[in-house]
Amino acid sequence: MNYKTEYKAVAGLGSAKDGTGHFISQRLSAIALIALGPLFLFPFVNALGEGHQAVLETYRHPFNALIAAGLMIVGFRHLRLGVQVVIEDYVHGERRKLVLMVLNALIWRGFAVAGVFAVAKIALGA
Amino acid sequence: MVELTLPKNSRMTVGKTWPKPVGAKNVRTFNIYRYDPDSSANPRVDTYFVDIDSCGPMVLDALIKIKNEIDPTLTFRRSCREGICGSCAMNIDGKNTLACIYGMDEIKGDVKIYPLPHMPVVKDLIPDLTHFYAQHASIMPWLETKTNRPAAEWRQSIEDRRKLDGLYECVMCACCSTACPSYWWNSDRYLGPAALLHAYRWIIDSRDEATGERLDELEDPFKLYRCHTIFNCTRTCPKGLNPAKAIAEIKKLMVERTM
Repeated sequence: MNYKTEYKAVAGLGSAKDGTGHFISQRLSAIALIALGPLFLFPFVNALGEGHQAVLETYRHPFNALIAAGLMIVGFRHLRLGVQVVIEDYVHGERRKLVLMVLNALIWRGFAVAGVFAVAKIALGA
Repeated sequence: MVELTLPKNSRMTVGKTWPKPVGAKNVRTFNIYRYDPDSSANPRVDTYFVDIDSCGPMVLDALIKIKNEIDPTLTFRRSCREGICGSCAMNIDGKNTLACIYGMDEIKGDVKIYPLPHMPVVKDLIPDLTHFYAQHASIMPWLETKTNRPAAEWRQSIEDRRKLDGLYECVMCACCSTACPSYWWNSDRYLGPAALLHAYRWIIDSRDEATGERLDELEDPFKLYRCHTIFNCTRTCPKGLNPAKAIAEIKKLMVERTM
């Protein structure tokens, strides 16, 4: 038998005093992607089908390399924030949610690091 | 995880078809959700036929006629019959609304009536709103002041009073919250559009001195930020209010105080 009041259930553990940072970050990264997306796509599409050397030359250009690295960082950050919302929305059960949140925090950061490393390697001609 | 199908004991069956009124020329069919907590049977949908020529124009008129003349066991809440009390909120023709101000002429074909979605059902068209009311209580729905004076009424400019328009009219019928997918999945922690609209009504009140505390209480990934601006709340509100805008205004204030 549960004798707790409904008010106690609603109050829960109180406010997390969190969420606004996530809200701002998601919107700022979305705005940044509006600019980064086309800037990344133009040289990328140009280099497509032109062979390995053409791709290397494209990303040896500092501007293209910076845009590509920026897209990796901002894009995967936006993806991480978005997937976090999906997990919070649809996954119930604390343990399952915790595991997915940790994986979400690690996977996209890992992809971003790998992407930036790859671009840096090309840009610096290593 | 989210449940996409109803639990076994909530799945609806075909119910009883009640006799047509004798001699009636203008008859309308009503398919109404029935659930009796005293029986172990699943919910069912009963079919009623109402003589529209001897019935008022609103859906609530037909429900009252059914209860008075056809089936006295049909259970629903109603009180004011003019959209002020919010008691007769239910899902009519796929839309959450108030039966007392929803005209039958707005519906094509059979009239389908269900209780407000995704809420525990007490009986027939009556949802259990205990949790919903507790959420409303949690946002401190009263004027909170720190200054002792004046001990009498607190004055407000016409401009400041105008800011409460579109907010104070909410009758807490729960149509908006029960139309919100975020509320369906996370109503245990997400306050829902109705409670948040009321929260904003007190946040924006020029006389209230607890604005910071109110925002503190709402700053939470679940209490506030489960709102994804789906707009079901605004679309369904029978009073024509805009809870989605009120929630967006709260988010704007949250951003403003961090900048």
